[in-house]
Amino acid sequence: MSESKHTINRRDAIKGLAAIPVLGAFLLGADAKSDHDDEIKQEILDELNIEPATPNPTGSMNGDVLRVGIIGYGGRGEHLIRSIGFASPKWLADMKENAAKDPKDTRLKDYLEQEKLNVQLTAVCDAFDVRGEMGVAAGTADGFKPKQYRDYRKMLEDPNLDAVVIATPDHLHAPMVIAAVQAGKHVYVEKCMTHKVRETVELYDAVKKSGLVFQLGHQHRQTASFLTARELVKKKVLGHINLIQTNTNRNDDNGAWQWEIHEKGNPQTIDWDLFLGNAPKIPFNAEHYFRWRKWWAYGTGLSGDLLTHDYDRINCVLEMGIPASCSASGGIYTHRDGRDVPDVFQVVMEYPDFTMGATQEAGKEKGMTFVYSSTLGNQYDRGTLLMGHDATLELGEQLIIHADPQSTRYKEFIENGIVNLEVPMYAYDPRAKGVDAVTGATAKYFANKGLMYTYRDGKRVDSTFLHLREWLSAIRNGHKVSCGLEEGFQEAISAHMASVSFRTGKRVEWDAANRKLKNVSDAELAGIGML
Amino acid sequence: MNGTNGISSYTPAQTWLLVILRMLIGWHLLYEGVVKLWNPGWSAGGYLMDSQGLFANLFYKMAANPSVLGVVDFLNVWGLILVGLGLLLGIFTRLACVGGIVLLALYFLSHPALIGVKYAMPTEGSYLFVNKNLIEIAALCVLLVFPTGKMAGLDGLLFRKTVDGPET
Repeated sequence: MSESKHTINRRDAIKGLAAIPVLGAFLLGADAKSDHDDEIKQEILDELNIEPATPNPTGSMNGDVLRVGIIGYGGRGEHLIRSIGFASPKWLADMKENAAKDPKDTRLKDYLEQEKLNVQLTAVCDAFDVRGEMGVAAGTADGFKPKQYRDYRKMLEDPNLDAVVIATPDHLHAPMVIAAVQAGKHVYVEKCMTHKVRETVELYDAVKKSGLVFQLGHQHRQTASFLTARELVKKKVLGHINLIQTNTNRNDDNGAWQWEIHEKGNPQTIDWDLFLGNAPKIPFNAEHYFRWRKWWAYGTGLSGDLLTHDYDRINCVLEMGIPASCSASGGIYTHRDGRDVPDVFQVVMEYPDFTMGATQEAGKEKGMTFVYSSTLGNQYDRGTLLMGHDATLELGEQLIIHADPQSTRYKEFIENGIVNLEVPMYAYDPRAKGVDAVTGATAKYFANKGLMYTYRDGKRVDSTFLHLREWLSAIRNGHKVSCGLEEGFQEAISAHMASVSFRTGKRVEWDAANRKLKNVSDAELAGIGML
Repeated sequence: MNGTNGISSYTPAQTWLLVILRMLIGWHLLYEGVVKLWNPGWSAGGYLMDSQGLFANLFYKMAANPSVLGVVDFLNVWGLILVGLGLLLGIFTRLACVGGIVLLALYFLSHPALIGVKYAMPTEGSYLFVNKNLIEIAALCVLLVFPTGKMAGLDGLLFRKTVDGPET
């Protein structure tokens, strides 16, 4: 190689470095764009000052094994027991098959990786022997086999039992919870907490007196986005909230409580009297047993099954409590199959004194209406909205905030173009960095209501697991639970006000001092089986 | 396309248009990398889970395992940045072309524009089989066989020793 080949002449240098100015332009442009975006983002973030909320601290699971029993090993009972570490053999086999077919299906992996809670399933109670046996199979491990019961009263006499999970039809909740705390067992009960008005007060007093740990099964209280929503409402990001819109939209048989009638369900395998409990005595009816939510005698209709989810979600964010009054209407318009609970149901709850402060002049910060609208004949998702003077919050798995064009708080931002009214002002996604694989319309509906999963540090966690863990930790470590007796009382009374209004045609008012309905007599309540 | 004396046989218009094409693609890929780097919340997870077509399961598996996803995210961001810089500055130009083709092929395979396939990820145009990823792949193939790194780029300064040989 000759010397000349190593010499870089002016022409070569220019050619070699021709792209440098382009890189300079790129860096200047990228930096300017990033600065512009960051500046706007930072101004909004500084103004809103929203911190993703951290959940209540729960404690360690160390110590003696907690002995847990399940009353009601149906579909929900099976999920609850699986969440504390006792999946049924059938579920494990099904999930293994699903995972082999679909790599997106990580349910088995998630279950196996879940934290062990140091509990033992010592007792399983179900009025239907087939389900009872399935529960026993789920709890059988390492040579240990749970005891099987038909009658919960016998089970509660078992000294090898510290706590019970109750997932029976609604009309049995209150008698079971009261008997359980009187027997000294801690209780986790599914929603709706009770079935009637007076037993709600009796349950409250019995649990209060016992001092035991009580948790109501509204697992969405663990949802990261709802906890964050509570923080942002307190910071008056929305201004005075005057209207809440919630709803249920379902259009499938399962969603309309047309559950499977088990082929082995008959008067020999089902203890019919135990199922009836305090319900009107009628001869054995397999449809009533397996699809109990379709009748007021056992269930609480859309009020107790689905309104409670939305009510408690909002109560978790706003802590607004029991409404001053409530009206409801609706009818059976799709599922004319012998049921007596409505399948289209609208509820309006009034909170004339509700306030969380305001960004406007005094006198414009009081009063709010909570609207719940539901149908079991259409599944278009209408979203949950918290509507305030300054902004509207879409509450779901994500939080999305839209500034209001007439806002007082964001007036300058809107005028300066920092807030673009065409797009949301803020979005919080606890999944950031995570992956989601919720498939199907119903699954999406549940996920959006915080009923399936939530996120901790961007990782997907079963919210039912977190809710049960919190209850078990409270038993061990003595801290508070997130959906305890007060929240449960508010949930049950609000749901009952909606049912009573629908069934009596009255606008129902609540007498907080005397803990009773103001304008509905005991005779009227007894007439609809809700005294 | 080089003359035996090492001087390009492209006409000036051919040279400059090829260089401009190279820089445009470099700019695009570099910015795609930089925005991801500057956004701490970015992850390829959502995109991978949105995959369709023959290789979808492979992409789901990448997303499902957090440690694999971490590696994918890192390789994607730095791959885009290095390929982008290579094309823009004309440095290791051929390697950058190959790297760009590999990255774009992965995007193409994960989101093929097939009949009857819909994506959650919004697109700004209408595509059937041919989409922007495929066109960008083809453009990089052109740049691979019509190299310009030595004519206008740092390759010309770095690889002067081989000035008489074919471009590297």
